[in-house]
Amino acid sequence: MGDGSALHLVLTGDPALFAIVELSLLVSLSAVLLAAVIGVPIGALLALTRFRGREIVIVVLNAMMGLPPVVVGLAIFLALSRSGPLGAWGLLFTPQAMVIAQTVLVAPIIAALSRQTIEDLWAEYREELAAMNIGPVRRVATLIWDARFSLVTALLAGFGRAAAEVGAIIIVGGNIDGFTRTMTTAIALETSKGDLPLAVGLGMVLIAIVVVINALAWGVRRSAERVAG
Amino acid sequence: MRAPSTDLPIVIVDASVVAGQTTILNRLTLTFSAGAPSVLIGPNGSGKTTLLRAAMGLIPLTRGRITWAGREEAAPERRAIVFQRPAMLRRSTGGNVRYALAAAGVPRAKRHERAAELLKLVGLEGLARRPARRLSGGEQQRLALARALARDPALLFLDEPTASLDPAAIKAIEDIIRSISARGVKVIMSTHDLGQARRLAGDVTLLHRGRLIEQAPADEFFSAPRTQEGAKFIAGELLV
Amino acid sequence: MHTRRTVIAALAFAVVAASPIAQAQDKSIVVASTTSTQDSGLFEYLLPIVKQKLGITVKVVAQGTGQALDTGRRGDADVVFVHAKSAEQKFLAEGQSTKRYPVMYNDFVLIGPKSDPAGIKGMKDVSKAFTAIKDKQASFISRGDRSGTHIAELNLWKDSGIDIEKDKGPWYKSIGQGMGAALNTAGASNAYVLSDRGTWINFKNKGDLEILVEGDKRMFNQYGVMLVNPEKHPNVKKELGQQFIDYLVSPEGQKDIANYKINGQQLFYPNANDPGA
Repeated sequence: MGDGSALHLVLTGDPALFAIVELSLLVSLSAVLLAAVIGVPIGALLALTRFRGREIVIVVLNAMMGLPPVVVGLAIFLALSRSGPLGAWGLLFTPQAMVIAQTVLVAPIIAALSRQTIEDLWAEYREELAAMNIGPVRRVATLIWDARFSLVTALLAGFGRAAAEVGAIIIVGGNIDGFTRTMTTAIALETSKGDLPLAVGLGMVLIAIVVVINALAWGVRRSAERVAG
Repeated sequence: MRAPSTDLPIVIVDASVVAGQTTILNRLTLTFSAGAPSVLIGPNGSGKTTLLRAAMGLIPLTRGRITWAGREEAAPERRAIVFQRPAMLRRSTGGNVRYALAAAGVPRAKRHERAAELLKLVGLEGLARRPARRLSGGEQQRLALARALARDPALLFLDEPTASLDPAAIKAIEDIIRSISARGVKVIMSTHDLGQARRLAGDVTLLHRGRLIEQAPADEFFSAPRTQEGAKFIAGELLV
Repeated sequence: MHTRRTVIAALAFAVVAASPIAQAQDKSIVVASTTSTQDSGLFEYLLPIVKQKLGITVKVVAQGTGQALDTGRRGDADVVFVHAKSAEQKFLAEGQSTKRYPVMYNDFVLIGPKSDPAGIKGMKDVSKAFTAIKDKQASFISRGDRSGTHIAELNLWKDSGIDIEKDKGPWYKSIGQGMGAALNTAGASNAYVLSDRGTWINFKNKGDLEILVEGDKRMFNQYGVMLVNPEKHPNVKKELGQQFIDYLVSPEGQKDIANYKINGQQLFYPNANDPGA
């Protein structure tokens, strides 16, 4: 088997390959959405409120962007194991566990980037919104809406991080054939089995996805310029 | 004619604004009443901007009192302000005005039409779709004015509304100020252009280093200023 | 705004719908086994047969033997299926399972580069080969991961009269990874490595490596399967787990195991009937 078979697998839409890609996308997309639901409000809160210890929270949040995936994987593995505190949920070695692990990885990124974006925009908008007597709820909604392009870019960054990582999901997912095997964990497995063509095929798909994400990010920036100047 | 503002007269008594070590406004006592535009003049740093913001109710006083028609609390429903460097919302020109209309409680169905009217009033019709941040300086100033007018204010504060604009733009804005003033809106504005003060003012307030130097009806002030600083300022001398 | 809310709702639903609540209904078990067994391709062949004959979906989590047994200890698996008899008996002694069933055996082979710097090709006595490797300080890759293969390797050093902890040097590289990774590393650094035959046959990156020593009785690798004790871990699916075990040791299951071939070569030799296994 040479590299020809890798391309062949990709182009013919080999069902096993397709299932792996589908699971990868589903896990990472779910994680990013959950992380956004958690991270954007936290980012907005940090941007718009002042409280004692706020600076420390921001430093910690920024540091959490660099959490090593294997460490996160290990922590969640211990938590979800039947012998662990959340064992009764029975989530270890399931796709849900992978979503949880990636959410933990991505939420700090989204929160930190949201905070920066919203804080910068708030500095710009502050006086005008005050002059228009805008209440706190409407203020947050306005900032999030007007910052939507930057926030979407933050989500894309989060998705990129999730889609590319392998350390966390291989530990909490167990890389079970047909259930918790994603592109990255499959690449790790096939490489260790010496089945390089399949690994290369998966790698090609993964890189294609990364390219698409970046193209989307570029498209978002262009839209932003067109709409908001 | 709009209903006269329920915020007038604005009575300021012994008001000071202190930030850290700096006294920006120093024991001011003055009154703004209904009628023709009140114009604040004075060198840079004299406190004009801070006074406008305090009168709008945006910043608290460190000492002293300010009341609006006898009330202590600011209820800025029919008040609006245009800042010296207005911030454009990241939307279209029309979108900025519609946002201001929404903030003022105008129902969604009426916003589009009203925004078009306001843009026409300030001479920006045809630019409704353009992103506001891509307007020229003068156009942005006019948009900020349209946003302020969207609130249907009875009381309008303008902070150096024509600073750094070319004469054609200055004339356009002054015409708008005159027309809305004629319709019953009370305008309180600052300027460092004496000619503009002469053209627009009903009464003049001269500030210097946070202190009130003189407040008088415009024709009185310009023909016979009561203070030495007033005379020097009119003569174009530097007040140090 | 409305589209956004719909998308979120749809995805949340998808995540919940696929949740364990739904999964509890389907017949599945988690089997903790080893990477060598997985890399041999046995599961890819056997699990569809199990699904068809028993209607049970077997989810294999492949780790090193030590890890796999620990997974059983934590109650995260229903069945453990490994190949390190001493470790399995310790598991039994701890009460983590109540019965060990021998299933099959395969053998280990000593792999090395064609150039064979230690000159061990064709030796019938594996301890002579190990001694030669140590004496020549030839590069040797150890799995170093408490796996059955790793334990077998350590036993072979001991049988050769070598205290590998004391006698190792830079020539002995312990990588802490699975069999495939060890073979990759050996191939890349022209080193010797002990591998199970199954992984070796299935390995697609052989390069310059070949089998140099095989057949010594000490290189036989016995597999055992155990149900995790449901008294220690009430969540264990004991009926389904026992069905799987019963199938493996049944004449039919044993025949299916024997029928697994790569390149016409049988990999595993069923011996559930051997009391001493």
